[in-house]
Amino acid sequence: MKTMCGIVGLFLKDKSLEPKLGEMLTAMLITMTDRGPDSAGIAIYGGETIGRTKMTVQSDDPDTAFPGLDGALTSALGGAVNMTVKSTHAILDIPAGTTALARAEIDKLDRGIRVMSRGVSLEIFKEVGLPKNVAKRFEIEQMSGTHGIGHTRMATESAVTTMGAHPFNTGDDQCLVHNGSLSNHNSLRRSLRREGIHIETENDTEVGAAYLTWQMQNGATLGEALTSSLDDLDGFFTFVVGTKDGFGVVRDPIACKPAVMAETDQYVAFGSEYRALVDLPGIENARIWEPEPATVYFWSHNAAPSSAEKAA
Amino acid sequence: MQTIDLSEIGLREMNKMLHSQADQTNQTAWEIINPKGAHAIACGLNAPIEVTVKGSTGYYCAGMNQHATVNIHGSAGPGTGENIMSGKIVIDGDASQYLGATGHGGLIVVKGNASSRCGISMKGVNIVVQGNIGHMSAFMGQSGNLVVCGDAGDALGDSCYEARFFVRGSVKSLGADCEKKEMRAEHIEILQGLLNEAGFDADPSEFTRYGSARTLYNFDVDNAGAY
Repeated sequence: MKTMCGIVGLFLKDKSLEPKLGEMLTAMLITMTDRGPDSAGIAIYGGETIGRTKMTVQSDDPDTAFPGLDGALTSALGGAVNMTVKSTHAILDIPAGTTALARAEIDKLDRGIRVMSRGVSLEIFKEVGLPKNVAKRFEIEQMSGTHGIGHTRMATESAVTTMGAHPFNTGDDQCLVHNGSLSNHNSLRRSLRREGIHIETENDTEVGAAYLTWQMQNGATLGEALTSSLDDLDGFFTFVVGTKDGFGVVRDPIACKPAVMAETDQYVAFGSEYRALVDLPGIENARIWEPEPATVYFWSHNAAPSSAEKAA
Repeated sequence: MQTIDLSEIGLREMNKMLHSQADQTNQTAWEIINPKGAHAIACGLNAPIEVTVKGSTGYYCAGMNQHATVNIHGSAGPGTGENIMSGKIVIDGDASQYLGATGHGGLIVVKGNASSRCGISMKGVNIVVQGNIGHMSAFMGQSGNLVVCGDAGDALGDSCYEARFFVRGSVKSLGADCEKKEMRAEHIEILQGLLNEAGFDADPSEFTRYGSARTLYNFDVDNAGAY
């Protein structure tokens, strides 16, 4: 059986489920462990605080890298920086609008700290290892939020590293997970770098994420960006994309990578396999379907509660 | 009726139990509860038993089936009924991609929709779908019948040999070397028989037949009996 990676996604419509987002998403991801045991990652969209934004950073040597980081950033950014360390990651709560400055300061400190995510509500945690261990290490089960995405990886196109783990974040509050492989990522990476888009790794999925960011920086909506990805990305893929307000799903026209979706009044859920969805509340009576190939689906907290719009 | 709780005894024990049923078994009715989308449920059965799965299944349910009847009270994952030789599979819900791939015989009935690559490389299996089917269905289909009461997706019957396709609704596009064919009395008869067996009330005269234009392979009428 050729599997290569598992993806799960959960978008909550029922606010009363928000405290359980991390727990539900972790259970879904652990079910998908045998689709890819190399690394795992979870993106959680939690609450936002007015006037503040966040960065999630990672270090292979957190005991050396993180102490004093908050202090150094506080003086550099000219405003309070609160740091919460979780294993190899730290969540930096910084003044709004200081992300670029913070990134420059982190680079200047030269402590081997890498930026996992940035945005007002997004936090990304990812490491090499099995989903259950990764989730435990970052206490994902205790996290609340409005929506989230998880990924478990079987590496094919680049090395098994933290930076090669999904989800990928290249824009504020945007993230992408991917099942499949892109074949034109090298040429696309070169052209995106010429456009000034920051790409960290040699991973194909990061190029997909960077492509969507570039499209949206040039005025495309997420739906439009996903639609044009069908023309510009060569390879096979199922993408799940998170934004501050919602998430989107698109499969390439051949659609050989599996995808199952379920929707109830309480949530919209995505899984590489139905197995990932079986423990969700009310799954017996959920509407369950496979997303059509080359069709963009998008759910947003800004839209009518039960709309499954084709954003394109 | 024997009831197996898959969450209690596990996949291997369950399949072992089903495999140990011989031709002359008295335990002909089996029920599987808590399938929870598990893979390879009731694969490789080889006895005239009836297995009912109460819920949705994962990859390859009832693959390589011989003689048995497998009912799925839910939706079926990728590769359901792959390489079916004989017997019957009835899916109450939808079927995922490559349903009945390379199937040599038997009947697969889907009461919902089937996804892409339905009946890919079919070699004698009959598949009857009450709803729609996805793209690239019956790719390289060699023999057997694919009946679709709804619509078919892109590239139906691409590079097919002598499999027959009956579609009541629209076909988004035909694959290479697949063409519309005349519906003769013998085809109405075949189709009526399959609809009856599947338990679907549809008028055979509303269907269109498609099949190979026979330009991509060396068809010789003397070999027609071989399909």
